[in-house]
Amino acid sequence: MVEDLKVRLLHALEQNHRIATKTLALMLNVEETKIQEIINELEDVKVILGYVTLIDWEKTGHNDKVTAMIDVQVTPQRDVGFDVIAARISRFPEVKSVYLMSGGYDLSVMVEGTSLKQVAFFVSEKLATLENVQSTATHFVLKKYKQNGIIFDDHKKDHRLVISP
Amino acid sequence: MSRSFVKKSMVTLPASGIRKFFDMANTIRGVISLGVGEPDFVTPWHIREASVYALEKGYTNYTSNCGLEELRREISNYLLRRYQVEYDYTGEIIVTVGASEAIDIALRSVLDPGDEVIIPEPCFVSYKPCTVMAGGVFKTIPTREEDYFKLKPEDLEKAITPNSKVLLMSYPNNPTGTIMTGRELEQIARIAKEHDLLVITDEIYSELTYTGNHVSIASIPGMKERTILINGFSKSYAMTGWRIGYVAAPEEIAVAMLKIHQYTIMCAPVMGQMAAVEALKNGMEAVNKMTEQYDQRRNLIVNGLRRIGLPCFEPKGAFYAFPSIKETGLSSREFCENLLYEEKVAVVPGDAFGRCGEGYIRCSYAASVEQISEALDRMERFVRQNAACLKTSGMAT
Repeated sequence: MVEDLKVRLLHALEQNHRIATKTLALMLNVEETKIQEIINELEDVKVILGYVTLIDWEKTGHNDKVTAMIDVQVTPQRDVGFDVIAARISRFPEVKSVYLMSGGYDLSVMVEGTSLKQVAFFVSEKLATLENVQSTATHFVLKKYKQNGIIFDDHKKDHRLVISP
Repeated sequence: MSRSFVKKSMVTLPASGIRKFFDMANTIRGVISLGVGEPDFVTPWHIREASVYALEKGYTNYTSNCGLEELRREISNYLLRRYQVEYDYTGEIIVTVGASEAIDIALRSVLDPGDEVIIPEPCFVSYKPCTVMAGGVFKTIPTREEDYFKLKPEDLEKAITPNSKVLLMSYPNNPTGTIMTGRELEQIARIAKEHDLLVITDEIYSELTYTGNHVSIASIPGMKERTILINGFSKSYAMTGWRIGYVAAPEEIAVAMLKIHQYTIMCAPVMGQMAAVEALKNGMEAVNKMTEQYDQRRNLIVNGLRRIGLPCFEPKGAFYAFPSIKETGLSSREFCENLLYEEKVAVVPGDAFGRCGEGYIRCSYAASVEQISEALDRMERFVRQNAACLKTSGMAT
């Protein structure tokens, strides 16, 4: 029961973490204090890692960021495989995400910087020079259409009549 | 002076009560609407895509009168799989322009002048007018909040006269959100058989059932031969604008219905039918996702209404809550009009669905969580202010 509630709560928060606990309590049919208790616990055990906001920076006119997806091939290490090198890459603040991939390369690394030059510099100086990194291939992102399940220019509008039977 | 060309019975037939309220709500800006009788989701993309492909491939023609064979076969499979009712797709299923057309052709196929149609209220707005337009006479049965607005067998028995021919009902119900369980339907079925009634069952909300599975009265032994089953894609697959529904009935009745359908409609639009095929083949996951969302909003609105002092029984289907507003001292109309003008929240007065809906309002939860929360906050303010007014005016007298 509690497990089921946790999962439903997480699904709701994953879509929108700004829903008030009062609203969540009504939606999930439990006391508000119970909701808060579960959220606290999930934060403590790091199931909930953070709450981020998805922003279309293009629209603000302050889009001074450049993003690149980098395919990285590495030599796995005895006993620890890819974990140590992946953890090491993750520590750079320029690195926004790191995934272990199946297929032609090993790690997919997303890097964010203020210019092409800065990102290129980061790759050649910091990333490619790491021990165990065999090769990198850098792909710059030109335009974002959809992220985290949200379409950037969805033109979503309610076309329904105000009242209908 | 020239004479009026309008048929007399059309002059006296009342226009939908909802229409008047719509005209009012439509003039106000910034309204949060809980008055909408259709999903707030758009049709799932894979279904829309199927229709786009159909157009690209040049499917722009008539289909057979009763609908695409592939669609009828899918409908037949679906009815068997979901509701354990068996209909032959070659002679017992007709694809219609929404369930609305299905209601019309069903009534027109079975009513002789003066035949009585028994309709439990509150109910969808078209049942009574369609009965009248088909030459029948309606006899309504008021249902009660203390019975969760379910049709009680004893009330049905009392309403039956020698002229009674049809019982027309819809569960899950619009506007109350109530459902009928298998056991409750068995009692209704027993009476229908005893008094040789035909049951027209509008099950358009069948997929939107939140506590257990929907039961169709057609699945009860001995009922299929006296049932016209109506369903469609509007509510379950968020496809209201496509206007695709269907009706399943014993062949003798289906033949009659098909005559009206073929002479008046010809066939339902082909691109909508193609979309419906896709919906039945691959749409279940999307339906489940939407139902899960509705269920959480259902809790939100029911708990929220109760919290602000509007008693509300638990609606187990559709996407409506039907709270009582009797304690406010206002009529349904007054409540809705004042709420609309003072707080810009649109809900529908319960009496638009029959006289016994007076004292209640229909709140649709086919709206986002944010909208529902905001609407509840506004309604709370409205109810509180109204209670304060009631108190001072009470002291004055």
